[in-house]
Amino acid sequence: MALKLRLHTQPDVPLEADCISPDRLQSLSDSDISALTLFHGNRQVRLGDFFDCSGKFDGEVIVEGDLGNIKHIGSAMSLGKLTIEGDVGVHTGASMRGGEIIIEGNANDWLAPEMLGGRVIVKGNAGHMVGSGYRGSTVGMQGGEIIVHGNVKNETGHVIRRGLIVVGGNSGDFTGVNMLAGTIIVLGEMGIRTGAGMKRGSIICQHKADMLPTFSRSCVYQPAFLRHYFKYLKSIGFSISDSLLTEPFERWCGDSVELNRGEILLYTGK
Amino acid sequence: MKIKATEIVDTYAEAFKMYGSRVIITAATKEWAMAAAQSITGFATSVIGCKCEAGIEAEIAAEDSPDLRPGVSVLIFAMDAESLGKRLMERIGQCVMTCPTTACYNGLSEGTPVIVGGQLRYFGDGHQISKVIGGNKFWRIPVMDGEFLIDDIFNVQESVGGGNILILGKDQKSALKAASAATKAMRLLPDVILPFPNGVVRSGSKVGSKYKSLIASTNHAYCPTLRGKVKNSELDEGINSVLEIVIDGLSLKAVEEAMRVGTQAAAKPGIKKISAGNYGGNLGQYHIQLHQLLASKDWSGEI
Repeated sequence: MALKLRLHTQPDVPLEADCISPDRLQSLSDSDISALTLFHGNRQVRLGDFFDCSGKFDGEVIVEGDLGNIKHIGSAMSLGKLTIEGDVGVHTGASMRGGEIIIEGNANDWLAPEMLGGRVIVKGNAGHMVGSGYRGSTVGMQGGEIIVHGNVKNETGHVIRRGLIVVGGNSGDFTGVNMLAGTIIVLGEMGIRTGAGMKRGSIICQHKADMLPTFSRSCVYQPAFLRHYFKYLKSIGFSISDSLLTEPFERWCGDSVELNRGEILLYTGK
Repeated sequence: MKIKATEIVDTYAEAFKMYGSRVIITAATKEWAMAAAQSITGFATSVIGCKCEAGIEAEIAAEDSPDLRPGVSVLIFAMDAESLGKRLMERIGQCVMTCPTTACYNGLSEGTPVIVGGQLRYFGDGHQISKVIGGNKFWRIPVMDGEFLIDDIFNVQESVGGGNILILGKDQKSALKAASAATKAMRLLPDVILPFPNGVVRSGSKVGSKYKSLIASTNHAYCPTLRGKVKNSELDEGINSVLEIVIDGLSLKAVEEAMRVGTQAAAKPGIKKISAGNYGGNLGQYHIQLHQLLASKDWSGEI
């Protein structure tokens, strides 16, 4: 049986709950968990002031309720499974190193910023700055996977250096802005200025996109490595058309204002 | 022991510890995958002269292959892990990377890792790209028809080489027919290859030679033309052709099973005896007894 936390009181201002992670909760009793401290605005409060606790940790923590105003859940987590049965607030999974976070609803901005490993799955949509680096930071996501089944907003994968971000729906503007390496796959449409300032890495999209003038078209071809990604995406529940495996992709190289070693692959079948 | 009219000699095959790897080659069509597989397994009959032994293990349907394209699985064997790593790099670089539309994958989930793609990547002259997908690291090397995709690491594992059976026939036609039947049956088995031409070797060898520079020479005891000349001929009157089938496998069990299946299939009219080659038991780590093999499973012969 999993350890369950249920939000019983909605916070008036954002609640910083970085203690809600399998790492922190795995060896604590119910009373210890209720006594954990977190910040409600600038006031220190007890976790029990907002959450009921039940069950026993068996590797999984389930958090119930409307968590849209709860920040930093799963921060720095390294193991286990954290299931959020609803929406969740900003900075979820920040700097996480391992384990898995499953968000049944939507995620707010700054999902898994500067993530190092593990996996985040969002069944709904996510906000701005998915897998990004914090402002002033030179490196964003450095490993792991972020899988968003719905849409994402702007600057997804900003300064990502390693890892995989998959967006089942559309992504906003500046997808992969300043990316250093890694892979971003968008199955819907992308906004403007995709890959601006990217050094290396791959942005793959199932639709055509407006390209910046600092990107050069190389060719149309069928990259074998994409088959591995699509096979993997199929295995985790995405609907992947067979034509994605057979139709060629258009390869654009850029960004020439940087190293010019990145690539954007656009499906030509539509 | 007999199977029908064929006598099974009470002897053993002397097999050796080798290192083996499985290479999966995929391509846009089955024909191109097979072209690369035939190329990579060329000139790889015996470690004595070819530095490795290789053969095609099986065809792989597109739905079962790593990248959902038609594929072929190839086994390559050498005497140690280091030299096998070198052979993999040479052969994949020259025979698979050069073949249009191919990609090349490690086919063993366990074993000692050797860097293959991680070395071949330098062919990309700085334009190569690495990707980690599902925990596996790949290299994308730009080539003139697009990209060559290859696993960074290939696993090699302890294996068994030199399993064999000798088919002693009344004439060449009977021996060939029996050998073909045996190889056909053995090729259906997983984890083994038959490295010689069409799976069959006529120039079986013994260790050493009267010429000091040679480490192996013709197995005169099984040469019908020498029966009246040499003292230790193993051939009876009426045996006029001998063919050998050599088996390399990823495990002793796989080699034994191939020998068993091959022996049963080769016991055809015109085959006087089925034997096995050994070196007196002093060289190989594995002694595979023919009688024990055949007694270990259901079979159609009689003891």
